[in-house]
This record gives sequence, structure tokens and C-alpha cells, in this order.
Amino acid sequence: MGLEDLQHNFLTGRIEDLVKWARRNSVWPVTFGLACCAIEMMAVGAADFDISRFGMEVFRASPRQADLMIVAGRVSQKMAPVLRQVYDQMMEPKWVISMGVCASTGGMFNNYAIVQGVDQIVPVDVYAPGCPPSPEMLLHAILTLHEKIRTGAITRRRGAPAAAPEELAGWVPERPDAVRLGTPK
Amino acid sequence: MGARAPRRRAPGDAQVSVAGTEVDPASPVLPDVARAVGADGHEVLHPARDRYHEVVDAHRQAGFEMLADLTAVDYLAHPGRVLPDGVAPARFEVAAVLLSVSGRRRVRVRVQVPEDDPVVASVWDLYRGAEAMEREAYDMFGIVFEGHPDLTRILMPEDWEGHPLRKDFGVGRVPVQFKEAPGPR
Amino acid sequence: MTPDSPTTFTRETAEGAQEMASRAATAPAELQREVGSVLRLPEGTVVDASDVDVERGDDETMIINMGPQHPSTHGVLRLMMELDGETVLRTKPVIGYLHTGMEKTGEELTFQQGATNVTRMDYLSPLNNELVFALATEQLLGIELPPRAVWIRMLLSELQRVSSHLMWMATNGMDVGSTTMMIFGFRERELVLAFFEKTTGVRMNHNFIRPGGTAADLPDGWEDDVEVILDNVAVRLDDYDELLTGQPIFRERMEGVGAISAEEALALSATGPILRSTGVSWDLRRAMPYLAYDQVDFDVIVGTYGDNFDRYAIRLNEIRESVRILRQVLERLPAGDYRVQDKKVTPPPRARIDESMEALIHHFKIFTEGYKVPEGEVYVAVESPRGELGCYLVSDGSSKPYRLHIRAPSFVNLQSLPVMMHGGLVADAVATISSVDPVMGEVDR
Repeated sequence: MGLEDLQHNFLTGRIEDLVKWARRNSVWPVTFGLACCAIEMMAVGAADFDISRFGMEVFRASPRQADLMIVAGRVSQKMAPVLRQVYDQMMEPKWVISMGVCASTGGMFNNYAIVQGVDQIVPVDVYAPGCPPSPEMLLHAILTLHEKIRTGAITRRRGAPAAAPEELAGWVPERPDAVRLGTPK
Repeated sequence: MGARAPRRRAPGDAQVSVAGTEVDPASPVLPDVARAVGADGHEVLHPARDRYHEVVDAHRQAGFEMLADLTAVDYLAHPGRVLPDGVAPARFEVAAVLLSVSGRRRVRVRVQVPEDDPVVASVWDLYRGAEAMEREAYDMFGIVFEGHPDLTRILMPEDWEGHPLRKDFGVGRVPVQFKEAPGPR
Repeated sequence: MTPDSPTTFTRETAEGAQEMASRAATAPAELQREVGSVLRLPEGTVVDASDVDVERGDDETMIINMGPQHPSTHGVLRLMMELDGETVLRTKPVIGYLHTGMEKTGEELTFQQGATNVTRMDYLSPLNNELVFALATEQLLGIELPPRAVWIRMLLSELQRVSSHLMWMATNGMDVGSTTMMIFGFRERELVLAFFEKTTGVRMNHNFIRPGGTAADLPDGWEDDVEVILDNVAVRLDDYDELLTGQPIFRERMEGVGAISAEEALALSATGPILRSTGVSWDLRRAMPYLAYDQVDFDVIVGTYGDNFDRYAIRLNEIRESVRILRQVLERLPAGDYRVQDKKVTPPPRARIDESMEALIHHFKIFTEGYKVPEGEVYVAVESPRGELGCYLVSDGSSKPYRLHIRAPSFVNLQSLPVMMHGGLVADAVATISSVDPVMGEVDR
């Protein structure tokens, strides 16, 4: 992508804002409902909770056309390669919301059959706890993701910290993608 | 709804037997097989392993039209269970629940299956619905059903080793904060 | 295994022997299932081995794969279909993509905790799972419930049936192409879920029906809430009737599609709307009543042709029958205890723990060690919206189940899918899967 090599000036700074605005206002999820959380995800897509107001009601069946993978439900050992294949087929930029405790950490099923957290397989941007998370929680997770898209510099290399070290006042993130809340831009 | 309105049965309608034979609840089928009454009030039969298929076939002809459930139990950790006289306990048990739609009753058939020779006859030729149930018992316990058309794993991935519901197969728990991984029961 | 290196997952989603093999590699006994699964057919309809065209070459047919990630497979169901052009010959469901080891986990949890585990199997009607587990445990314990507990359970069970069938109508409508039905179905369902949230605390996976009764009493004003639900559902069901039932496109897509006969259904152990659509009037609430179903008045809805439309009509009318039962429960719910007053089984009310040492000890023992259940084995079945939901529970006298097996209706009903799809078109496959109403959580457990 050409924008990655630009040093920021007034014009490209505004373009970056525009690109990020466009990206966060039309995040299209891929249909990846696995278990009970999928029902709450469908409820979010329905009229009472309505993610259509965020531009996200089009759940794409094909991962090639989607930006966001909401892993809704427990990931079993048999499903893990399928999950990875679907994630690999998605085009950059792509994000992952791990919905529910089973997707985040394995949940109440700490046993032979369930992968203990989908972050063992794909990198996760937002974790939404709950069993299942109520639709309001999922909406909060989605809005957090929008915030992350808004504040994350798209010209930043994946793996580099979000803010320059001098802005962090000595705080060192454990994971390179971590953002300290309240960090000045 | 027009001409295709579903036909509603009033509570007083007689039950039509689909198999054509009525089940007489008073007369037990094959009186020479060891039997008991379970805690749920159902009759429980304990045929020897070589008579299992014959017993199920006799019930099928006597009007038990459906196989409600077929599963297995591993009694490794509970060898001292209560059994009728003449029935020698083995490590595994296969339990089949037969249902008579016309007679409105259930019968349970429990067969002892030894550990060194975990083979039992398949009832697929009598009840086609046994196919998935026997595959699951094979997958989870390693009991081989002779005469089954397609005895492959059904729930676990194809290359999985071990039979998860056996008592010597650990639950596979990952140690987490405040909770160590327990050994097998 | 780092997430950022895709080469570590080069393993394909191939399940080897579980997949469908080409015709040349399949045994004749399995190919016979293409034509029918019933033995001992009457004279004249005997399956002739020559009916099965084993000579049909592999290059004339095509094996395609649908799922496990697919918007129409109602969860992670993988279907392999063999097609001759657009006609479906053989179908093989490959399952296990949601296997959670719940039966193994159930052996590690106490009976008090067991409801949290089983409730996540059939996640569209979680209270039914809890109900069957609680009934099995109570039979082993040998306790009898007070009438109010029984009727509260019946109230919740029927509300659950309403919400599950509404969800089915929503997803079935969407599978057939009517997105309006999806939005409508969820709108009604939200009413029921709001009531559940008020009563049990959560919208789904309630952990409310426990051995001994229910976790808490119904909240004040519940009669008004349920009346609002019933009035709304009754009116809007007529809307759905108008939207779908008479509509020519819907009827063309559903009538005659996915037909199964009564003998086939019985041979394949299908229960619930599938069996009732073939004309067999088998509903556990009427035939082998549990809770207080013998004291309420309702009809068992039975179909005639065993096709998708019959199953749709059965589920639509079952909602009406559930509304009828609920109105009777509204009038007749008795006063009293919502759980059995056996101190060894039922935790004491929270307020008493501050006052009484004994209550504190009982609470502690029940929630840490759990109560011991006498040795024995039982099989209990209830009528879930999908069919016969059974629980085979073996106890060895300790506080945890020795073996917990749930006979899931969808697991068994999926076996009738190949028979229903044989000879149909690929485009009807989605409608047929939807009318079987599988919930993969209980298929794979």
C-alpha cells in the first residue's frame, strides 16, 4: 500500500483520517458463528440491537469480501484449521473480535476438545467477555474496535508499539499491539 | 390454510401402531434373560454379549419400533456396581434404550463388554438410526461394533489418538491461575 | 505456534475416512442407503439391489463440500453431497466441529453445577436441557417436587419452545429467502428473552432449572409480562401466516421437498417435528407425560406428507399450542415453594446464612463438595422443540455424575437428512437442512 511509506504532512494526515473513517464505518463481518454466541450475534444483526446503524449488517459469506471476523463461540480442535483458513483468506486490513469467553480463553470448557483461546490461532484485536455476551456487550466491543481503527496509525508496522516511547512516560507494553488508555496521540 | 391444513389429533384418538403389532406391556419378551427394574421404573435387561443382537431383534419384532438411544459407559473407576445375579461385570457397558411408540414404553438393554475384546454386535441392520450412535460410542470409548457399515470417528478429528470418554483418558485441562490441572479421576 | 506465520497451519480441513468416498470406493451396503433405509418393507416396495446404480461412473457425478463455515448450515455442519448435475444422490454429514467434551466435563462438575454444562448443548432451548438433567438427578435422588416448582418449570419450558420455534421460523425464512421473517422472528423472540432476563438473570444459558426445583421464584408482576408476550405472539403469528403460508413461492419451495415416510423416520430414530410430519402422533408430552402436561389441554400437531411444508406448519401451530398451554398455566400456577425443602439438596436462602450456622454449613457443603446422589442409572426424556431429548445418567454414589450422556435429538435427526435430500435439487438442500432444525451444540456436545 502506497500510504505506508509516506511521512506525514498536512495532506496525507487528512487522507489517513479519511481512510480510517471509511474503514471503521463499513466494517463487514464474515459469518463465523459457531455456538451460542452466534445467536447473540444474530440478535445484534436483527432489529432490536441493529448493527446496521454502524454499517455492518452485511454479513458476508465469503471471507474474501469481509473485514472483520467475529469468532462467536467455542473453537474445537477439529474447527481450528478451518478457522485459520478462513482468516487467511480475508484481505488486509482485517480485524478479529473474540466474542465470548470460550473464544477468548476457552471459557468454562478447559478440556481436551476446546482450543483455549482463539488467540492461539489468529491475532485478536478485541476480546468481548460474557457467556454469551449480551448484544450490548458485543456492540461495545464493536465500538472499541472502531475506536482502535480510529486511533491506530495505519502507517504503523504491525508489531511496533502504537505510541512513541517518550509519550508513554516509561510504560512498556508487554505485547507490541497494546495501547495504554489515555495515551496522548 | 386451505386444503393442506395439518391434521390435528384430539387427545382421545386411538394410537395406531405403525409396525402393525401391539405390544402387550404385561408379557416380557424373552423371559430367560436377566432383568431388573431401573430407578426410573423402566425394565432393564442384561443379556450376555452373544445374545444381545437376538434380544434386540426379539424386541423389534415385538413392537419396539424405535431405538431411542445407544451409548456406552466405562466402569473402570466403579467396578462394584449392582448387577443382577449371573451377570459378570466387565469394564465397558453398552446401553441401548428401545422405545415402543404404540405401547408407549421403554426398555433398556445393557451388555457387558470386556476390555481385552471390546467388540459387540451392531444393531444397524435392525435399526438404521443406530449408525451415528454406534459411531459415537466407538469414537468415545473404542468399542467396535461388528457389522456397522462405516465405523469411523464422528466427533473427534480423524487423526486423534485415544478415546476421550474412557476413564483413563484425562480431561485435558490446562492449568490456569488458582487452579492446577487435576489428574484423572 | 505463532499466529502470524500461516505456514504452521498447512493441514487442510480434511477428515479422511469421515468424508464421502467416491462411488467406486464405497461398499454396496452404504450405497443402498441412497435408495432407502427401511428393512422389511411391504411386498411390492422391496428395495432391489439393482435399483442402486453402482455402475454409474465416477466421472458422471461430482462430490461437493458445503461447510463447515457456511451461512446456511445452521452452525458448523459440514455436508458432502454427491451430485449428478443438480440432483443430489448421496449426502454425508460430517460433524464434530463443535465437539466440546461436555460429557467429559459433566463428570468433573457436581450435580449442582451440572446445569451450567448441559444448558450449553442445545443453546436455542437451554432450559429444556437443564430440565432433563434435573429430572434425571431427581429420579436418582428419589425426591418429589412441590407443585409450584413443577408448574414454573412447565411455564419456562413452554416459553422456551415458543422462542425456539420463533427462532426457527426466522432462520428458515431467511434460508428460503425471506429476510423479513428473520427480522420478525427475532422481534418476538426479544420479548421472551426479556422475560427470561427478568426471571433468570440472563437471556440465554440460564442455569435456572436445577435439581430440586428452580434457582429462584418468579418475579413480581410476571403474570402481566407473560400476558403481554402471549397477546403479541398470538397476533403476530397471524402476520407470519399471511407472510409465508399462503405465499406461492414459499409453498413451491417447501411442498414436496425433503419428504420422508413414517417407516423411514422410525427406522432412523427421528423424533419431534420430523416424525410428526409423517403422520405418527408421537409427542412425549402427550404419550409419556412429565411435569404437569397431563393436566393441561393441548393438541399434538401432526402432518401428512412428511415434507418441509408440513414441518413448517407443525412448528407454526406448535407455537399456538404453546400459547394455549401458557394461558392455562397463567391461570393455574399454584402457590407454594419453588424448590424442594430438603436441606441436603437445596441451598438455604441467602438471608438465613447470616443467622444460622447450620444453614452456612449446608450452603458450604452443597456448593463446594456437592450433595451425594445414590447409586443407580436412569434414562429420562423430555420433548424439546427438536424432538426427544434424553438424559442417561449413571451415578456411583458420589457428588459428581459418573456418566452423563445426553441423547440429543438433532444428532439423531441428522441421519434422516440424506434420505430427505436424495433425489432433490441442490438448491433445496438449504431448505431441507433448515427444516430438520439441527443445533450443532447438541449434535456435537
